[in-house]
Amino acid sequence: MPASRHFCQKVPQATPVAVFKLSNDFKDDPNPMKVNLGVGAYRTDEGQPWVLPVVKKVEKLIVADNRLNHEYLPILGLPEFRSSASKIALGEDSPAIQENRVGAVQCLGGTGALKMGAEFLRRWYNGNDNMKTPVYVSAPTWENHNSVFANAGFKDVRPYKYWDAEKRGLDLAGFLGDLETAPKHSIFVLHACAHNPTGTDPTHVEWMQVAEVMERRKLFVFFDSAYQGFASGCLDKDAWAVRYFVTQGFEMFCAQSFSKNFGLYNERVGNLTIVARDADNVRRVLSQMEKIVRVTWSNPPSQGARLVAITLNTAELFAEWKDNVKTMADRVLLMRASLQAKLQALGTPGTWDHITQQIGMFSFTGLNPKQVEYMIKERSIYLMASGRINMCGLTTKNIDYVAKSIHETVVNVQ
Amino acid sequence: MALLKSSKIISTVGLHPPLGVLSIRASSWWSEVQMGPPDPILGVSEAYKRDTNPKKINLGVGAYRDDQGKPYVLSCVRKAEAQIAAKKLDKEYLAIGGLGDFTKACAKLALGDDNEVIKSGRNITVQTISGTGSLRIGANFLSRFHTEARDVYLPKPSWGNHTPIFRDAGMQLKAYTYYDPKTCGFDFQGALNDISKIPEKSVIMLHACAHNPTGVDPRPEQWKEIADLVKKRNLLVFFDMAYQGFASGDIDRDAWAVRYFIEQGHNIVLSQSFAKNMGLYGERVGGFTVVCKDAEEAKRVESQLKILIRPIYSNPPMNGARIAATILNTPDLYKEWLGEVHGMANRIITMRELLVANLKKEGSTRNWKHVIDQIGMFCFTGLKPEQVERLTKEFSIYMTKDGRISMAGVTSGNVGYLAQGIHAVTK
Repeated sequence: MPASRHFCQKVPQATPVAVFKLSNDFKDDPNPMKVNLGVGAYRTDEGQPWVLPVVKKVEKLIVADNRLNHEYLPILGLPEFRSSASKIALGEDSPAIQENRVGAVQCLGGTGALKMGAEFLRRWYNGNDNMKTPVYVSAPTWENHNSVFANAGFKDVRPYKYWDAEKRGLDLAGFLGDLETAPKHSIFVLHACAHNPTGTDPTHVEWMQVAEVMERRKLFVFFDSAYQGFASGCLDKDAWAVRYFVTQGFEMFCAQSFSKNFGLYNERVGNLTIVARDADNVRRVLSQMEKIVRVTWSNPPSQGARLVAITLNTAELFAEWKDNVKTMADRVLLMRASLQAKLQALGTPGTWDHITQQIGMFSFTGLNPKQVEYMIKERSIYLMASGRINMCGLTTKNIDYVAKSIHETVVNVQ
Repeated sequence: MALLKSSKIISTVGLHPPLGVLSIRASSWWSEVQMGPPDPILGVSEAYKRDTNPKKINLGVGAYRDDQGKPYVLSCVRKAEAQIAAKKLDKEYLAIGGLGDFTKACAKLALGDDNEVIKSGRNITVQTISGTGSLRIGANFLSRFHTEARDVYLPKPSWGNHTPIFRDAGMQLKAYTYYDPKTCGFDFQGALNDISKIPEKSVIMLHACAHNPTGVDPRPEQWKEIADLVKKRNLLVFFDMAYQGFASGDIDRDAWAVRYFIEQGHNIVLSQSFAKNMGLYGERVGGFTVVCKDAEEAKRVESQLKILIRPIYSNPPMNGARIAATILNTPDLYKEWLGEVHGMANRIITMRELLVANLKKEGSTRNWKHVIDQIGMFCFTGLKPEQVERLTKEFSIYMTKDGRISMAGVTSGNVGYLAQGIHAVTK
């Protein structure tokens, strides 16, 4: 019998990734009132995906341009994309950019950027090939953070205190406490803005406190920036934390995703921005990043990067993009205000201010697993077991139903 | 080793710390990071780009060029793109395993429309980041689940990137004799000898067609003997098919070995790339297939492939897969594609003939028959590293150190100069 029959026989069935199973269950649900508050993708008020008008425009330009072809990009990606993407995160006038100590790797989405950063750290950080370096991810965090770092070879991926379920806000003391007690050189994955899944971000003053401890205790800063522009509607405001850390002199990684703020989910557009001590360090780091890229995907996909580069580097298109981003952010803010108002009007037990205080695509409602199950089974409203809802799933047409359902759930299910 | 500040005052928002602070710099986290050497294959193109000699020729990367030396966007690709643009599709995430229309068509292309494997649903085919991504997912899958053997046997020589991919995935690399430098052809007996000694359950890598870098493929009778021996040795077959259509110009002929092995009962794993045969290089279109015992096993394997993919890049890019799917699933585009692949393969065959003719014209007395006998994009010239270096330094002719040239980079305009250079360093 051929060898392959033997080994595949033993391959066990893996449990499906929760968020995708949720979407599948939603799809199969026949209830006409059903609402999907699961996957993190933007939806219009009609509940439809939204291809940004600027994206449609640039796509037409690309298709019409016969000078363009499908040749391989360089290993590290499209140069115009990399530099303009880093500028978006760090700011055009960033001291780090002016001092020529910023590098970037075009990657497959935010996931790919995290992956590249993780693989690099596992090989070259803290004494070379140090798989024992603790990697701290927030409690809770995007579930894939754990897998990315574990698969990159890190043996010790731990939570740092972040969400205070009691007060439905940031557990600052816990966060700072974990920073103080983390082994030196531990890696911390920080959400640049619009924390996923809680929607709860530190204030400026709180970020300053985090930075102070991280600098004193020599902890590694790894930002995950998947929602720049999406949180407040303003790119610069949403990048405040990242830029603050740069001015404090940190060397760091910032994994950027353009899935949400460009609506380019399936084109896998991401960028790993590297801020280092000087140009020579950047050069050496990038040369080693190339080696990692080469054994993973050789070179990144061109379509999405091209699209973003053209947009960011053309003044009118850039302006139009910022406008499109604000449109999305504004709709989310409107839904937040609306949901909060309705819950208050219904007299739903508990406080609901966190709905409007939280920021970005997601809200940690505070619903417990039993309540979540009730919402799904009895009301066909699909949300994550953690109580996370995607605000984009709300529309002016379904928000009453959702509000009433939350009310009913909280009253009847404990 | 973050920045040591000269004062503990935290800077206020947006303000640049005073220069005094910046001048006190601790060493970097990255002081010990060494400069990595340039990639042996992709580095060649980068060196070529820097060269200012107007006569320069890039025979490094396997990327097809037309007879003007220009990249060639296939007409069926442009048509597919126009069709796709008109559909105004959304940009929602693909499933982890990729675009269904693509993966189904990808499997059919390799295995044949009526293949029993596809009909019984006992293959799982996932969309991957071109050939590299496919090999990497395959390597990761074997590393995690094929625990009885850690060794992957590559033909000697093989594509340069095979070794680092498998090594990074935790497998060990070994080799079996393949190329005969004396004949510039296939060392069939040598291969059989080595394969007969490979420990059971080891993984054996086979290039489905248009072997890279040598261009030397086994003949069908030789494939049959290899298949037989591999079965006797109970080896796990990993086919790398990056040039389907490019070798002979015929899609089915080029997939013959893959289909034969499956017919003979080998449950293979297979990597496919659409970089070359559809010219979709930068769009990163590929597939990884595991042929399983039955549909139930295929479901289990699929679930595990998803677990491997998600922490690398979550889900694959749409653009290229959509183009490939449109071509494969639209009869007149498919027909046009077959014609264009045939055309590309033919141009390469013509260039092989021209190169040999020109070498003879230059007065070379060496035996260059292998240039015509070899198949696919590459030619293993037989040039030694010193000769390659001379070609690059003195003639601005770029190729990989192993003497491999991409015939796709040869044109009727540069073949004369190329022959001159080769003759000069080999006479």
